[in-house]
Amino acid sequence: MILDHIASCANRPHQPVSDNALSRRNFLRAGAAAGGGLILSLSFANGEAEAAANDFAPNAFISVGTDGQIVLTMPYVEMGQGTYTSIPMLIAEELEVDLKRVRLEHAPPNEKLYANPLLGVQATGNSNAIRGAWQPLREAGAVARTMLMAAAAKRWNVDPASCRAQSGEVLHPPTGRRSTYGELAADAARVPIPENVALKRPQDFKLIGTPAKRLDTPAKVNGTAVYGIDVRPPGVKIATLAQSPVFGGRVKSVDDTAAKAVKGVRQIVRLNDAVAVVADHMGAAKKGLAALAIAWDDGPHAKLSTADIASELEQATLKSGAVAQNIGDVDKALASAVTKVDAIYQVPFLAHATMEPMNCTVHVHPDGCEVWVGSQAIARCQAAAAKVTGLPLDKVVAHNHLIGGGFGRRLESDGVARAVEIAKQVDGPVKVVWTREEDIQHDMYRPYWFDRLTAGLDEKGMPVAWSNRYAGSSVIARWLPPGFKNGLDPDSTEGATNLVYALPNLHVEYVRVEPPGIPTAFWRSVGPSHNVFVTESFMDELAAAAKQDAVAYRRALLKQSPRAKAVLELAAEKAGWGRPLPQRAGRGVSLQFVFGTYMAQVAEVEVAKDGTVRVRRVVCAVDCGIPVNPDTIRAQIQSAIIFGITAALYGEIALKNGRVEQTNFDSYQMLHMNEAPAIEVHIVQNFEQPGGMGECGTSAIVPAVANAIFAATGKRLRKMPVDISVLKQPV
Amino acid sequence: MAFSIKVNGNTHNVDVDGDTPLLWVLRDVLGMTGTKFGCGMALCGACTVHIDGAPTRSCITSIDRIGDSEVKTIEVIGATAAGAKIQKAWLDREVPQCGYCQSGQIMSAAALLTSNPHPNDTDIDDAMSGNICRCGTYARIREAIKQAAETNG
Repeated sequence: MILDHIASCANRPHQPVSDNALSRRNFLRAGAAAGGGLILSLSFANGEAEAAANDFAPNAFISVGTDGQIVLTMPYVEMGQGTYTSIPMLIAEELEVDLKRVRLEHAPPNEKLYANPLLGVQATGNSNAIRGAWQPLREAGAVARTMLMAAAAKRWNVDPASCRAQSGEVLHPPTGRRSTYGELAADAARVPIPENVALKRPQDFKLIGTPAKRLDTPAKVNGTAVYGIDVRPPGVKIATLAQSPVFGGRVKSVDDTAAKAVKGVRQIVRLNDAVAVVADHMGAAKKGLAALAIAWDDGPHAKLSTADIASELEQATLKSGAVAQNIGDVDKALASAVTKVDAIYQVPFLAHATMEPMNCTVHVHPDGCEVWVGSQAIARCQAAAAKVTGLPLDKVVAHNHLIGGGFGRRLESDGVARAVEIAKQVDGPVKVVWTREEDIQHDMYRPYWFDRLTAGLDEKGMPVAWSNRYAGSSVIARWLPPGFKNGLDPDSTEGATNLVYALPNLHVEYVRVEPPGIPTAFWRSVGPSHNVFVTESFMDELAAAAKQDAVAYRRALLKQSPRAKAVLELAAEKAGWGRPLPQRAGRGVSLQFVFGTYMAQVAEVEVAKDGTVRVRRVVCAVDCGIPVNPDTIRAQIQSAIIFGITAALYGEIALKNGRVEQTNFDSYQMLHMNEAPAIEVHIVQNFEQPGGMGECGTSAIVPAVANAIFAATGKRLRKMPVDISVLKQPV
Repeated sequence: MAFSIKVNGNTHNVDVDGDTPLLWVLRDVLGMTGTKFGCGMALCGACTVHIDGAPTRSCITSIDRIGDSEVKTIEVIGATAAGAKIQKAWLDREVPQCGYCQSGQIMSAAALLTSNPHPNDTDIDDAMSGNICRCGTYARIREAIKQAAETNG
């Protein structure tokens, strides 16, 4: 939900699914496809915004070919979240075709044509693909079906109402006539668009709500899937690079004598702040890079450390910030509170560490430029290449590919700009592949956050005042400047404001501070990755201060949030909340409403004598509205929980002398299989609007783990990642 | 220097330095991109291939150490009994998400199933904990290995 109000077309999470007939408004056009079939152009924006805009701007296209093949061209990309299966389900459901007949194509880069309706730019992120596509794609499917049926009825000279659509055909049961969509597609293109079509009632769904098989899986088990790193244009050379170890530094001098002598090394490319070795293969490029003697001018951030940044953020929280939300009068309520609870929370910089290291293949030739990359925002890649080459946009061809993990890293185009800088000096195509060390040390990081909270409790221990002031980087302000207004952006505040709890007096302030010498970016679960950890840990502190059970305490504050209360109770029940556990084992709970989805998690941890934390079991209850593909929902939650536990236990990027200290998976550790908990997912069945699914599991697990550690040890961890030294059992 | 290596039943002659990791010979010289680069230090398992049947990290295995050994990659693992079972279980259980690490996961799992037709949880942990999956598909990998093992006599 976070970015919804940036775009003019806000999604309304509480609006139930309508089964009424829908008027066509102004969102759809039909015409003949080049090959003779039917093509529908549609807009993923919602109807009100479209009507207000009075200006039809399609951003997705559905074609029904004369061979009966349905092709959807749309802006969202597949990066493991299952979007290439869930989205076609929406069309197939209403169009009455087998899911296998719907094929998806990457949209070519076109910021205007393929804008994400909730972001306003061509990007996949913010857990909003299903939220954006839910209504328009079902409507488009129903429109196409109606037009195909009308074409058949006309051909047979019968009443369209006597026809029905089934499995890619129109049937006329009274006469037994039937025609495939392929045979009808050309005629259907000449049928006027129906003014009203009836959408199926959710009770009648045949595909939506069933665990559909992912369409992208077969190629991913036999080595044939082509990721950006796998492209091989004829004659391609491989390059790897060293960028200034301090952000903002420059190359002072390079001795490349030894590097040039390495077999297979073809060229050394020197840039202002990086050096690249171009070779026949990555082995030679890496060997050449190791043989380079580079002297760096470290620049202004040569002495920067994480502690400097944390200290600056801490100071910022002592001043006032922009008011993100205010309810009642916190100062007055605090003055009369029986108990006061103060706390300071901090979360670190985090790298994305996608399994596919950063890479981009570029061919710059005299009259154009070709780019091959896996991106969450392909139009930005095209624009970055145009900027570096000075070419007009239409001379830059950008091919999008499968992404070996996005998590926000592939929303950025820094890797493309860097590859084009190198390719400008290379004759022929060059694939620039970052080493893992370069990938971790030159990421754009989840911001460091510093939070100062105060709460007041009444005589019964219930919160009468809640005050939260936090400081950190606004990614939105850089990435989508119009989204940053009056000192606020919706990402930095999601999870800190509009809490599910009834709090009579609440005051939340955000102080934007951009850290020097380290770039920041979106990271899976974005703003909530920070805010939910803080608010749900602090809520746990209040329950402890009130000497009340953590679930019961939250439940008492949820009288006005029935869906939140339901997931909390479901998770607690399934987890066996309250049942005894061995010593140094504990359960922790978290509850959130972010990305349009309600979620509660109960984590069960055990803390070894040496302080090592093992998460044994996680129970998650989720209400994401109507579940489109339940198996994908489970997969995304399993994934997001592992991602979040990794961050909670190990995730920290630290700066020393301006350099990122972590280098590879030994110092930036990932959770391994032998550490993975059992995960149970319980999905609430209802017909509410679908919510986002790709990220919410990550923000929910971190406080659940921290709260479980408190239950197991009595130690409240207010700074991530977990510091096992404070969890050692006293001898 | 020229080396002759056997990959997936074919002999290839490659002219690279002897310390060149097998990974780059496969991907960049022979154009077999199913085997993935993840870390370059045998920390993640994405580059796992079989050398004479043993799961091996190709990113730290230099070409001059291959000799007459038989290299097998994800591209042909489906032709082996264990590989076919593992791939089928991966499809049935919908294991992959981004899918990037899965070549390595499948190669590790196929080697496990060949050497141990009925692995228990500890065996699976021991064989698979060197393969990182950033999408966190571990639970499904475990289920899929167990499913594949069920079909072993």
